[in-house]
Amino acid sequence: MSRADKSIVVRHVSKTFTLRYHRTLKQMSVAMMRQQELSDSFLAVNDVSFTVDQGESIGLMGLNGSGKSTLLKMVNGIMRPDSGKILTRGRIAGLIATGAGFHPQLTGRDNVYLNAAILGMSEAETRRKFDDIVEFADIGRFLDSPVGHYSSGMFARLGFAVAIHVDADVFLADEVLAVGDRPFKRKCMAKMEEIRQGGTTLFYVSHATASVRRMCDRVLVLEKGRLAFDGDVDAGIRYLHYEDDDTEELSEDAADEEMGADI
Amino acid sequence: MADVVADPEKPTPTPSRRRVNAPLRPPWAEQGLLEVFRHRYILTLLVRREIAARYQGSVLGLVWSYVNPLTQFFIYYFVMGILFGRAQRTEAFAIHVFAALVIVHFFIETMNAGTRSIVRNKSLVQKMAVPREMFPVASMLVSLFHVGPQLVILLIATYISGWHPDPEGMVIGVLGLVIAMTLGTAMALFFSAANVFLRDVSNAVNVLSNFVRFGVPMMYPYVLVKLRFHGHTNLYLLNPITEAVLDFQRAFWVGATSHPARTAAVDMPPNLFLLSLRALLISFGVLVLAQMTFSRLERRIPERLL
Repeated sequence: MSRADKSIVVRHVSKTFTLRYHRTLKQMSVAMMRQQELSDSFLAVNDVSFTVDQGESIGLMGLNGSGKSTLLKMVNGIMRPDSGKILTRGRIAGLIATGAGFHPQLTGRDNVYLNAAILGMSEAETRRKFDDIVEFADIGRFLDSPVGHYSSGMFARLGFAVAIHVDADVFLADEVLAVGDRPFKRKCMAKMEEIRQGGTTLFYVSHATASVRRMCDRVLVLEKGRLAFDGDVDAGIRYLHYEDDDTEELSEDAADEEMGADI
Repeated sequence: MADVVADPEKPTPTPSRRRVNAPLRPPWAEQGLLEVFRHRYILTLLVRREIAARYQGSVLGLVWSYVNPLTQFFIYYFVMGILFGRAQRTEAFAIHVFAALVIVHFFIETMNAGTRSIVRNKSLVQKMAVPREMFPVASMLVSLFHVGPQLVILLIATYISGWHPDPEGMVIGVLGLVIAMTLGTAMALFFSAANVFLRDVSNAVNVLSNFVRFGVPMMYPYVLVKLRFHGHTNLYLLNPITEAVLDFQRAFWVGATSHPARTAAVDMPPNLFLLSLRALLISFGVLVLAQMTFSRLERRIPERLL
C-alpha cells in the first residue's frame, strides 16, 4: 500500500519517564549521604514502529505496564515521543478522555458542551448532536443538575456518550468497557461497530480477547515497551497465551462478562 | 438488543474504505500563545466554566466580586488613611488607594490563579491536545472579568468626588491595564509551568504577592517615594506594575482632586506616558522570555502531573 493510504505512521518511537525517588530537600540530602540513586529512568516505549492503513482496526494488547497507554497517548498527541516520529491523518478522537474536564459543579448540559469542545467539536457541531448524545447517555432529567450529583455510572455514561459522537478519522479506545452496566456496554459495542463499519480507523486497547476478535483485523502486542508481535488477530492472542482462558465457543453472555473484566 | 451485537464467531464484513483527504501530520497541537487564540471556542468555554464555578452554590454569588476588594479597601483605608493619618495629607486618598487596588488585585489574582492553573486542570491537560498556554491565559481572562465590578465601584466613587475625566488620562488608564495584563500573563505562564515541576513555586508566588502589594504606590503616594528614595526613583519605576498603578491613578484619582494639573505635576512622575511605554516594552520582553521557558518545559508537563 502506498503512503497515501496510511492513517497512522509510527517510526522508531521511544519514550522515557523519569522516576523520582526523593521529593523534598531533606529526603534528597539523606539519600545523597547514603549514596543512593537520586532518580531513575524508565523506558516505557522502546523503538516501536508500525503503520496503520485507513479503515483498519487494530487491537493493541499486552500485559499491564507494557506501554500501551503511553503509546496511545502519543498517538493522541497528548505526549510527545523523546525520539522517533508519529504522523496521523485527520481528526483523532476516542474514549480516552471520557469525562475529562467534567466540572462537578456545572450541569450535565454545560459539561457536554465543554467536553465536546475539548474533543475538538465546534459549537454548531455539538448543538447538532446534542440530542443524540443525551439520548445515548440516558440520564433523563439529571441533565440539568450538577454532574457532582451523578452516580459514577451516569457520570461515565455521559462522558462516553460525548466521546463516541465525535466524527473522527482515527478512533482510539482505551479499556473502554470498564464502565457502565451490561445494556450500556452492549450499546457501546454496537456503536463502536458502527464507527468501524463507517470506515474509521480504529485503535483499540483491550485485554478482552472476545471483543478484540470481534472488532479488530490486526493485533499489536507490546512487551516491556517493545513491539513484540504485529499480525493476525488469532496469532496475536495465541502469542499472548490469552487463549487458555478463552474457550472457543464463547456465548454472548460470557463475552459480555469478559468485557466487564476489561480493566 | 441482541441483534445489534455481532456474533463473535461470525466474521465481520470488511468495512467500506473511506478516504480521508487530510495530510499526514504530527498529532500534537501547535503550542504557543498565538495558538491559544486560534482555539477561541475552548478558551471561552474554559473562562465561562471558571466564572460560573467560582461562585456556584454561594448565596451572594457575583456579589463576592464586590465584597472582596471592598473589604480590602476598607482595611487599607482604615490602617493607612486613618491610623497613619495619610488621609489628611493626600487628597482623595480613598480613590488613590482603590484605583491602585484594582490593578494590584487583578495582577495578583492572575499570578496566583495562573500559577495553579495547569496543576488544577491536570485531568484536562493529560487528556487533550491543545496548546497548554490556554490555562494560564484563561486564568488571566477570568481575573479580568472580575475587574469589571471593581471598575463600576471606582467610577461611582470618583463621580461622587467630582471627577473631571480627561482624554489623556483615559488613554493612560487603558495603557496601565494592558501593562498589567501583559505582565500578569507572563507571570502566569512562567509560574504555571514551573509549578508542575516544583510545587514550592505556588508558595513562593504568595511571598511575591506581598512584595507587589507594598512595592507599588497604593497605600502611600508616589510623592513619598520621590522624597525618601531621592535619586533612586528610577529603580522603583523599573517595576512595570508601578507604572500600571500610576496610570490608573492618573486616570481616576488625579481628576478627582481639586487641582488636577497640580496633582499631576507633584504626585506623578514626569513623562508618565513614556515611562508607561517603557513598562509595556519590559512586560512584553518578560512575556517573550516566559513563553520561551514555557515551551521548553511544556514537553514534559503531562508526565510530571501525577
